[in-house]
Amino acid sequence: MAICLGIIQIAEEKVHERSSSRVRSICLEMGALSHAAPEAIRFCFAAAARRTIAEGAALNIVELPGVAWCMSCSKSVEITRRGECCPCCGSYHLQVTAGEQMRVKELEID
Amino acid sequence: MCTVCGCHQGTPSTKRAAPNDAEMHERSLQDDRDCHSTLPPGERRPPPSNHPGDSYNRSPRSANHQPHNAQARPSGVDPPDLRGCGKSTKRLVEIERDILDKNNGIAANNRALFVADDLLVFNLLSSPGAGKTTLLVRAVSELKRSRWVGVIEGDQQTSNDAKRIQAAGVPAVQINTGKNCHLDAAMIGEAYRCLPLLSGGILFIENVGNLICPAAFDLGETCKIVVFSITEGEDKPLKYPDVFAASSLMVINKIDLASLLEFDVGKAIEYARRVNPKIDVIVVSARTGEGFAALYAWIDRQAGCQRHAFEDKGQ
Repeated sequence: MAICLGIIQIAEEKVHERSSSRVRSICLEMGALSHAAPEAIRFCFAAAARRTIAEGAALNIVELPGVAWCMSCSKSVEITRRGECCPCCGSYHLQVTAGEQMRVKELEID
Repeated sequence: MCTVCGCHQGTPSTKRAAPNDAEMHERSLQDDRDCHSTLPPGERRPPPSNHPGDSYNRSPRSANHQPHNAQARPSGVDPPDLRGCGKSTKRLVEIERDILDKNNGIAANNRALFVADDLLVFNLLSSPGAGKTTLLVRAVSELKRSRWVGVIEGDQQTSNDAKRIQAAGVPAVQINTGKNCHLDAAMIGEAYRCLPLLSGGILFIENVGNLICPAAFDLGETCKIVVFSITEGEDKPLKYPDVFAASSLMVINKIDLASLLEFDVGKAIEYARRVNPKIDVIVVSARTGEGFAALYAWIDRQAGCQRHAFEDKGQ
């Protein structure tokens, strides 16, 4: 819910900056290794948006893959969750390089 | 956030635990800040126990807790009242902003304040019952002999933990998070102002017992430390990887119970390093004190690293 409130707060700031009154849709980017699950965000958003400028807004979530650098085979590899081994060599010596983001990408406003 | 139930209502509050009387009268945060703001720069603030039971309540952030059966609209579908309305005034605004931007901004301010006060700040995370408070009571009792030490305690309710720390002779501020399942940077900023000046010392933040949400929130700490006890099983790092990925140190606690349990320390370390290859590990018993010398040596190394980083920045 704290994350949903953060989304709405960002939307409110942008709406006020542009003298608008309503958000029609919000586009988010969520990495596979971020701290929140897209389904949970969708679940909470409608409740969090009630009686705000984002009430009724559509929520579009772009899910991005997790990416890690494998220190054993010196390759960038895709992973779906933490604790997973390198799909190429089976090593766990992975350094996450992408897929942790939780970002508001764009808004559609009236 | 609580990604399971979405709870975020209630009234988080920050209290300096009154060691002898939990029901002492309340005072507003503004009064408290005004009190401290009158001190000349660099002057030591009086310890919390000198204040007459200061406490304040934070405003509720979310007025209404909506029922859990509230339905989210499927992605990409316009709300019914906008469908076909024929309006052509809609605008697309590119933002590219982190959702936790506000918290991260406050955390950055906290961090700048901690660096200015030459303070090491450790954010302790664990599930409930891993032994964070017992570990802290022992650590602060011993560390206070050589440097200033303070503690910010986070719990849903009660000032019990802050009282345990104060009983060890160390200033402590209790934050009650109400229905929130984690501490955030704003809570820490406010609580820190209630502590005496700890220049050159250590501030421990004991987060709410929860292995999920606290991992997402930067508080401005030097680093996060995850505590887990051998009663929890070796595979905790695989079950709750985010918090182990975010931590610099894993403290395995309750090792004095090893003879009673089938706990494989090597396996626990292997699992933790699957999610965070760089994580340091120290095995301790908060009850007997075993392993604490290694913990203090690790803390001293962090102090050295911070000093070097500060000197490099200054050059």
